[in-house]
Amino acid sequence: MKKQLTILSSLFLASFTGIISCKPDPSFEPKVLAPIAFNVPQGWPQPFYNFNGNNKLTREGFELGRKLFYDPRLSRDNTVSCGSCHQQFSGFAQIDHPVSHGVDDLLGPRNSPALFNLNWHTSFMWDGGINHIENQPVAPIQNPVEMDETLDNVLNKLRSDATYRSMFKAAFGDETINTQRMSWAFTQFMGMMVSADSKYDKYKRGEAGGAMTTQELAGYDVYKQKCASCHKEPLFTDFTFRNNGLAVTSVNDSGRAHITQRADDLYKFKMPSLRNLKYTWPYMHDGRFNTLDQVLNHYTTGIIQSPTLDASLTSGIALTIQEKEDLLSFLNTLNDEAFTKNPLFAEPK
Amino acid sequence: MSRVYLLAILITILFGSSCQKRPDPISNTTPPANTKPALRLVFENKVGAQALVLNTKNYINENGDTFNVSAYKYYISNISLFTENNIEYKENESYHLINESDKNSKTFTIQNLPETAYTKIKFMIGVDSSRNVSGAQSGALAPDNGMFWDWNTGYIMAKIEGFSPQASIYPNNLGIHIGGFKGQYATQRWVTLTLPVKAIINSDKASTIHIISDISEWFKTPNKIDLSTLFVVGSEGIEAKTIADNYADMFSIDHVD
Repeated sequence: MKKQLTILSSLFLASFTGIISCKPDPSFEPKVLAPIAFNVPQGWPQPFYNFNGNNKLTREGFELGRKLFYDPRLSRDNTVSCGSCHQQFSGFAQIDHPVSHGVDDLLGPRNSPALFNLNWHTSFMWDGGINHIENQPVAPIQNPVEMDETLDNVLNKLRSDATYRSMFKAAFGDETINTQRMSWAFTQFMGMMVSADSKYDKYKRGEAGGAMTTQELAGYDVYKQKCASCHKEPLFTDFTFRNNGLAVTSVNDSGRAHITQRADDLYKFKMPSLRNLKYTWPYMHDGRFNTLDQVLNHYTTGIIQSPTLDASLTSGIALTIQEKEDLLSFLNTLNDEAFTKNPLFAEPK
Repeated sequence: MSRVYLLAILITILFGSSCQKRPDPISNTTPPANTKPALRLVFENKVGAQALVLNTKNYINENGDTFNVSAYKYYISNISLFTENNIEYKENESYHLINESDKNSKTFTIQNLPETAYTKIKFMIGVDSSRNVSGAQSGALAPDNGMFWDWNTGYIMAKIEGFSPQASIYPNNLGIHIGGFKGQYATQRWVTLTLPVKAIINSDKASTIHIISDISEWFKTPNKIDLSTLFVVGSEGIEAKTIADNYADMFSIDHVD
């Protein structure tokens, strides 16, 4: 009987071990991750997109989006990721590049825009051609001078990767990989990129580190008088399309008119935010200005007249030397260093 | 002894079976196969009276231009059926992409219609504006079906690709992609067709409605198209609208059986 029991228990043990060995490779096992939440900064308007529709924000979805964002396999030759042209230290723009390099070092016509506070945007791209944050990621992937990859190929690359299959399952409940889920994950990552921790923000919230200098406050006044009608607080853009009087170059980028086919939209571009300018140079839709001095000089003395020039700029913007210095001092309070160093948005290890 | 072994084997089987993949809670939500008879739609694509044959067959349009077709795709959405008493029943999540080169795409059933007789069918050519502004979609509306403009968000409602010697730029390809979902340049069109005989759904059987789309209508009325000047359309605007006004009446009922 004792022998019988031994056999029995050993078999029992064997079957128990069998259970353990049936577990998937632990490297693919989804880790239990800390939950994540999207918060509207104090005093800000409600965002246009808030993860309250079909795309529910989870830490797993966010982490999947982060992995996708930094994965060069989403490009045709596996060399260019979203993060190649949207670098965290550069406010998710690309520093020192008027235009960015796509696959085969191809160049497009426009400056890589900074990525932050995207859930408040009602359109995307310099011409606003994309009408929803979830539709944004597939455009650079398929653009022939950016990542130049087909969605079919991207999906095949992801489906053949066990880590991705496991991450899609963790994020969405099963291993199905399609463009909708990919776009949702991207949106969870990029929508979470909220930059609201500059000195200006602390000043508005009355927090430590928010004490403005006399010059910064003087610059704030200059901003309110001469810039705020377009670059509206607290996002420092009103998301409209305007022609700000830049000389038309040989590229002859028609801007918003490319989308609307309307002559009265010629050379209009989407209003960029004034946040994080320290990290996002060069400036304008084609990156033609390297410094903020050049930008301010454009508004004071460089405006080119044309039929679609914004009405507020027909006489340029009058700024004294002192006002320029004050304004630059204020703009410097809009830089959110913590955002550019937040490990949550960094390339996953 | 043998009893003990039997028990051990039983235990092994019992515990061993726990190794099997547990049913996934999400993939498990698919409803059981509908065994009730369902109304079927069959789409047949033609050029005038001739069957559409991709790539190899040449056709002549109203203007006298020669062309062939290498791809023909269009969206059918928002389908509803009307009873004799004019009561309308709408298909749920009604988005279908008809693709000439994919036989399976040209026939589908409409579930959950009441058992009665139907005299009219209504549908939209294209995708309603709501789904053009609602972010990432899946299934027929996934952006990887080649029917989506990623740079200027919106669906291509219908497209013809092919070749015409009259197309005035080498290599003489036709690429007529019709899209635009809002305002004066909207390219969706509603179609209502009266059925020549009633379509019946009862507990034993359901009818099949055979619908024809006629490509020659793209180039005929109200706007006669000259392929030497209009052979590429790739964005919303007046040209896309012109073709949409033409394809609005390209559908007809062949028969109901």
